[in-house]
Amino acid sequence: MKQAALATTAEASLEKVLRRRWRWGEKFIESGIFLNGLLAIVVLLGVLVLLLREGLPIFLYTSPWEFFLGTKWYPVSEPPTFGIMPFFVATLMVTMVATAIAVPIGVGCAAYLAEVAPARIRETVKPIIELLAGIPSVVMGFIGLMLLSPLVQSMFNLDTGLCGLTAAIMLSMMSLPIIVSVSEDALRAVPDEFKEAAYALGATQWETIRHVCIPAALSGIAAAVMLGVGRAIGETMTVLMVAGGALAVPYSPTEPMMPMTAAIASGIGNAVRGGLQYQALFAIGLILFIVTLSVNLIADRVLERQKRKFAR
Amino acid sequence: MRTQAMLSRQLSQRTAFGLLILATIIVVVPILFLILYIVINGAGTISWEFLTLPPSQAGKAGGIFPAIVGTFYLMVGTLLFSLPIGVLAGIYLTEYARDNWLTRLINMAILNLAGVPSIVYGLFGLGVFVLAFGFGLSLLAASLTLACQALAMTITTSREAILAVPREYKEGSLAIGATKWQTVRHIVLPQALPGIITGAILAMSRAAGETAPILVVGAAFLLPGLPQSPLDQFMALPYHLYTVAAHIPGISRSTMWGVALVLLVVVLSFNILATVIRLRARQRRV
Repeated sequence: MKQAALATTAEASLEKVLRRRWRWGEKFIESGIFLNGLLAIVVLLGVLVLLLREGLPIFLYTSPWEFFLGTKWYPVSEPPTFGIMPFFVATLMVTMVATAIAVPIGVGCAAYLAEVAPARIRETVKPIIELLAGIPSVVMGFIGLMLLSPLVQSMFNLDTGLCGLTAAIMLSMMSLPIIVSVSEDALRAVPDEFKEAAYALGATQWETIRHVCIPAALSGIAAAVMLGVGRAIGETMTVLMVAGGALAVPYSPTEPMMPMTAAIASGIGNAVRGGLQYQALFAIGLILFIVTLSVNLIADRVLERQKRKFAR
Repeated sequence: MRTQAMLSRQLSQRTAFGLLILATIIVVVPILFLILYIVINGAGTISWEFLTLPPSQAGKAGGIFPAIVGTFYLMVGTLLFSLPIGVLAGIYLTEYARDNWLTRLINMAILNLAGVPSIVYGLFGLGVFVLAFGFGLSLLAASLTLACQALAMTITTSREAILAVPREYKEGSLAIGATKWQTVRHIVLPQALPGIITGAILAMSRAAGETAPILVVGAAFLLPGLPQSPLDQFMALPYHLYTVAAHIPGISRSTMWGVALVLLVVVLSFNILATVIRLRARQRRV
């Protein structure tokens, strides 16, 4: 009797120990999971901190005024000057031309896929566009180098086909997948009732798309364009290979130029660690980071709002 | 009068649809054209020697074997570092995180990680892994850099895959007394596996094609041998393509097309594999 009672208490205490150990194991695993959950924040903050730490010291040497508005990038002359205006204008120009090309085509394609195309065509076209998203940027740069630049050169009668325009055309192609897929999602999210109401009033399918669907999805389409712009600003290899790499401030898209990403990629190999050029290149990286971050944040906010608008 | 108005409206619809179709053609045809063009121009170069010999005469002759091996190492390294983190973070976000400011912050960070330009990851890798951690220009530093870049992808795909596991499965497991981690480990993860694998393959495909970061953190154009340790420099296909196409004069065009084709095949085959696995998993569940 007594022995049995003793056994049960022993068993109970054993169970308690086991359970506690189990709970400890579980706690250990949970905290590991939690830490990994935080890593995305850690990396993003890490990038920011590193860019600030390595990039900001350049402003001890050159004033922000000279840095942003200076037109001369002579990192190895004596004394060196670091004006990033040429890179900034190049990025602006290439991005604007690329967006101007990609948006009408991308939104048109999205409207066709979302509203007009039969399911079979949509199911064939979408994987092809996904394929494009998977092609590495260096391959796109290579194609620009081998196929497009001779074409652009002879078409516009230029000294060299390696210029902003060639880069912009390649970039427009590369930003198409995101523009098409996000716009298509936005158009699909428009409630059927909207379209049915338009049809009931006697509108044709095109009138419905033009006056109901596109206006209703406009903010989503705007977000798609922003994401496309962000893609174009951050793209490196293609512009490095085909934009021409000239250091002067470009005045027309048909001139050779060096966008900000290309400036970092081509300069960082020769920059002395911790030296002025190194710092200046990190500062350019910081600007790129801030610009793409803001573009993404705004696009996300717009998409979120659009989602809420139709959610019921 | 009326019919005329109707006719003109139908005409404008037809014109508009014609333009939309044209836009779609402008998107699709160049993609197919350039893939075909690379295949046609590169196919002649591909031979057993091209794939299995090291380059000779400063890249003008020989093959691209070390670049293929380097890219393979990079893919594996990236996966090794980014997949476990991605899966655990995905578990945290779906199973443990409450709907609070921290979770929103994490989600925002993931979203923005995906948008950081690749060259900025290169700078990050240079500053942190190459210099601060002292790994030097190496395979290890490059894998870690690419893993950081792949993080957004592996986390999101794991999260989506885990979210798609039916709730009844989890509830059943919890109801018979399993702890939360036991449920995750034995019920949720096996069910989410196809989705997680899809993400892993996509991350590897991305790592194979990424050029700008490895340009900064350790890719080399010509090396005497294969990397012997993670701390060695390495050759890689995308960097090789960049160098032969843009930097080394006197390389035959057929060599360039050959490198481009091999890179394209590696990257796209992984992409297609991921799509197939995803479609299979979806069919099975329905």
